Amino acid sequence: MSINIKLATDQFTPTTPTETSNGRFAVEATNLHVYYGNFLAVKEVNLKVETQKITAMIGPSGCGKSTVLRAFNRMNDLVPIARTEGEVLFHGQNIYAEGVDPVEVRKHVGMVFQKPNPFPKSIYENIAWGVRINGFKGKKLDMDDVVVESLKDAALWDEVHDKLQQSGLSLSGGQQQRLCIARAVAVKPDIILMDEPCSALDPISTLKIEELMRDLSKHYTIIIVTHNMQQAARVSDYTAFFTLDENRAGYLMESGQTNQIFMNPKEKVTEDYITGRFG
Amino acid sequence: MSLQGNQPQLQTNLNARHRRGKIWRIIFIASTIIAIIALAILLISIIDDSFGYAAITYKIPPSQLAPAGKSLETMSCEELIPILEENVSPNRFRQLQSEKPFTEWSQEECYETVVFEVSQPKAEETWSLIYSLRYANELAAYVEQEYPDGILEFKQWLNIDFITQPQSKDPLIAGIRTAIIGSLYIIIIVIVIAFPIGIAAAIYLEEYASQSRIHRIIQTNINNLAGVPSIIYGMLGLAFFVRVLEPLTSGYIFGYSNEATANGRTILSAGLTLTLLILPVVIINAQEAIKAVPNSLREASYGMGATKWQTVWNHVLPNAVSGILTGTILSVSRAFGETAPLIVVGASTYVTFDPDSIFSKFTTIPIQIYQWTARPQDAYKNIAAAAIIVLLIFLLALNATAIYLRNRYSRRLQ
Repeated sequence: MSINIKLATDQFTPTTPTETSNGRFAVEATNLHVYYGNFLAVKEVNLKVETQKITAMIGPSGCGKSTVLRAFNRMNDLVPIARTEGEVLFHGQNIYAEGVDPVEVRKHVGMVFQKPNPFPKSIYENIAWGVRINGFKGKKLDMDDVVVESLKDAALWDEVHDKLQQSGLSLSGGQQQRLCIARAVAVKPDIILMDEPCSALDPISTLKIEELMRDLSKHYTIIIVTHNMQQAARVSDYTAFFTLDENRAGYLMESGQTNQIFMNPKEKVTEDYITGRFG
Repeated sequence: MSLQGNQPQLQTNLNARHRRGKIWRIIFIASTIIAIIALAILLISIIDDSFGYAAITYKIPPSQLAPAGKSLETMSCEELIPILEENVSPNRFRQLQSEKPFTEWSQEECYETVVFEVSQPKAEETWSLIYSLRYANELAAYVEQEYPDGILEFKQWLNIDFITQPQSKDPLIAGIRTAIIGSLYIIIIVIVIAFPIGIAAAIYLEEYASQSRIHRIIQTNINNLAGVPSIIYGMLGLAFFVRVLEPLTSGYIFGYSNEATANGRTILSAGLTLTLLILPVVIINAQEAIKAVPNSLREASYGMGATKWQTVWNHVLPNAVSGILTGTILSVSRAFGETAPLIVVGASTYVTFDPDSIFSKFTTIPIQIYQWTARPQDAYKNIAAAAIIVLLIFLLALNATAIYLRNRYSRRLQ
């Protein structure tokens, strides 16, 4: 696959995993705090996310897992009252450092949302648009290649190859979500964040997305927020369990390999949550 | 009947609830019917006045002008011009010729000129359509008795001539062309200025401005301005566009000086005044349309690494455009029907020549209607009604455009 994506600015150029000493970790959050106005939503998160693995973030509602996820590609910047403290290292570089453009961060850290939200454009344009705005200057044929590859990567090609000019909204919910994944994959991010990607889907579509995540994890680091414990157990390599304190501030309770978290949690709270005793 | 055995308590309760619902339903239906009746009465009374019998008297009846055995209508220009020369003053004859050489006149023009210059018809009395249809015989007898030389003629006050002829002192030949052109000029100015400014302001307020105290003050003021009576905008227009900016609005600084016109009371001043009038409404409508774009779309766009402008231009605006257009076109139709501020700004009520630039004197359809309804003669009432129909047709066309655009764009997005 030969794509030539030229970045508009070069002030933020993360080194590739192989080049860095700590290439094991795609994302390292250090002492991360997020405030909404005066409300402390997330406190003291220290989390390392392994490269090209699937990390699941689980926990009860309101524990701040989505907030943490959105801190990883600076989506919280879009909320006027949100304020972030601490560091988030992306392959060793702090994305909250001065001079880092959040627009560029999001090019490297793609996102798939809870509700499928394809653009009200054709299936082709849904994918081509993201590639184009990120500075793609190739010919139409190259773009066709990118679109086809992305759709294949998202296991959607077989279902839509004969209707690329139809609206993305004409697809079923599960297909729409895979289109959103294809769209995210098309710009060649390092990390794909998924915020409860299956919560609006039926079990069959969910299964497809989970299989897709396993495939994608060969090339991408995936962080997924989910309410579905089985999903986390099925699909993820690592699990981070969040909960909230008496002031309703979310924090990271414990994290580790998924097997360990589910079979042999260190903390009582984790065990209670996983076994369904609360949450 | 109760659902399960003996539950009389539940049953009475349920009946009362249904009864209450029925009462409200009747109230809602009644309101709708009242609105429809009001609208129907309005339309009927306008149409009623736009057609009907008129008693017309002539200074010299056309039948007396024509030589025996001929009728004026079928005579050629060569035969008609001498009749004209014979019966009007030499001055008037020269004047007519200087307006347009007789050789270029069509037969129809010759005929009409002879009728109006020589016969000088006059609408003595007019009757509404319903009255005309109901009492046709009585009217015939009445006219014969009251106006022995007159004729009873069924007039369609709204006709092609009415739309294509300029304003005149004589209601029988007065048309609304100058007013239509004036209205269109002004509306184009309003669209050209108010659309871009209003939409740009809405984009700024919705997408860029931070939620600060100043932002809230601005927002409140826009909402208040949308409710300011139009006459006040007229005062503002008079003080600012007509007086202060006179060199600009009368075109002096562009070397456009025609002493016979306007002193700032021009199409440009009127257009700018109406622009100010609808600007708050345009902004609010566009803001609502932009707000209606789901946030998930913005997030999707930012999540792909789009900048704010790319998000606004590629996603927010295309999805808001149908709402923006609907809202703004409806506010333009408000400007189209606006009268009070234009009277203050100085619309001329009697303009017989077409405006030829934005620095011309002008009149508009509503102004024309207002002026005609103020006249005492019967026939003015009829041409005012005809002008109202023309105005309504324009407004319906604007609204239909709004609906068409909305459907077209929202279909494209599916």
